[in-house]
Amino acid sequence: MLEILEKAAALNGLVTAFAVVGFIVLVSGQISRRLTFGRVHGSAIAIVIGLALAYWGGTQTGGHKGLADMSLFGGIGLMGGAMLRDFAIVATAFEVQATEARKAGLIGVVALLLGTVLPFIVGAAIAWSFGYSDAVSMTTIGAGAVTYIVGPVTGAAIGATPDVMALSIATGLVKAIIVMVGTPIAAKFLGLKTPRSAMVFGGLAGTVSGVSAGLAATDRKLVPYGALVATFHTGLGCLLGPSLLFFAVKALVH
Amino acid sequence: MIIYGTALLAVCHLLGIFIGDLLGQALGVKTNVGGVGIAMLLLIFARLYMQKKDMLPKLTELGVEYWGAMYIPVVVAMAAQQDMVSALRGGPVALLSAIAAVGTCAVAIAVINRMERPADDEPVSTPMLHDNPLLADAE
Repeated sequence: MLEILEKAAALNGLVTAFAVVGFIVLVSGQISRRLTFGRVHGSAIAIVIGLALAYWGGTQTGGHKGLADMSLFGGIGLMGGAMLRDFAIVATAFEVQATEARKAGLIGVVALLLGTVLPFIVGAAIAWSFGYSDAVSMTTIGAGAVTYIVGPVTGAAIGATPDVMALSIATGLVKAIIVMVGTPIAAKFLGLKTPRSAMVFGGLAGTVSGVSAGLAATDRKLVPYGALVATFHTGLGCLLGPSLLFFAVKALVH
Repeated sequence: MIIYGTALLAVCHLLGIFIGDLLGQALGVKTNVGGVGIAMLLLIFARLYMQKKDMLPKLTELGVEYWGAMYIPVVVAMAAQQDMVSALRGGPVALLSAIAAVGTCAVAIAVINRMERPADDEPVSTPMLHDNPLLADAE
């Protein structure tokens, strides 16, 4: 009986994922209401549960896709994969008030540039202080501090070693996770209240996954504004990383 | 028809990704440049245009809004497939550079957002409107 059930769940992956995620959201809503009296947002708890399950899945299977590597939960990979994630992000644009978005246009661009350059400098400096003092490694790890996609793309373009690449991806992943979990906690300090502030956040915090989850856990209404800017982040990073930023590091190291 | 809304969303999505890919190729980077952002802009413009022309019945809107409301569940599924194990195994370099990068950016965000206040004299506490009825009390 159990095997038949398991087979049914595995064969209907996406449907199983809807049920599993629905259950996670239900449980987090209850935790939010009963244990924290609404102080911690239900979505924030749901995301933390998701991350915890991802860790559990990773230790169980040894794969790289968290819970999605377990055959029973393969549908999670489709539901939370880039395709549906981007589809849902684009859909949130339907709620954007164009006047609000236009007001923050310029500051959004400034935030986007700062959001690429600042983490890069910090990441490269820390790599240097740990003895990764050649321009390629510094650039790759610095790029990883921008997002976990910019890191490997940059590293591949300038010929980084596999261990530096792995380090760069890990840096980006840790960053995404900190942004996911930390944003609702730091929302007040960050001044996350208005569409404009969400766009500044989206540009500076970078990583689409971090921003989208962080804002979701803070205030769902701010999501489209932050995501609108953040989605340009990876492209900009991949543009600047292997070119301008790499040349700058090379000039400094020599 | 509800599918019109979802199809509109799909067309904007695909067109945005396509333009992003073209942009990436033109700039000589191997990735998509802002495809999702471009798709969002397309959807915003499509909505403004269609509303003006009275081509946007409620049911069509719902075809988009459903997916907007599915956003948080999708993000939870995304969280559940992060590579937590290698993130935690990255060691001190990864951990430190990530923390320092986030900290630096957080300070920059706080500084920029504090500069907003004086320019905006409208009360900050006004609840912001959003038009997705499926979110009424959902979150």
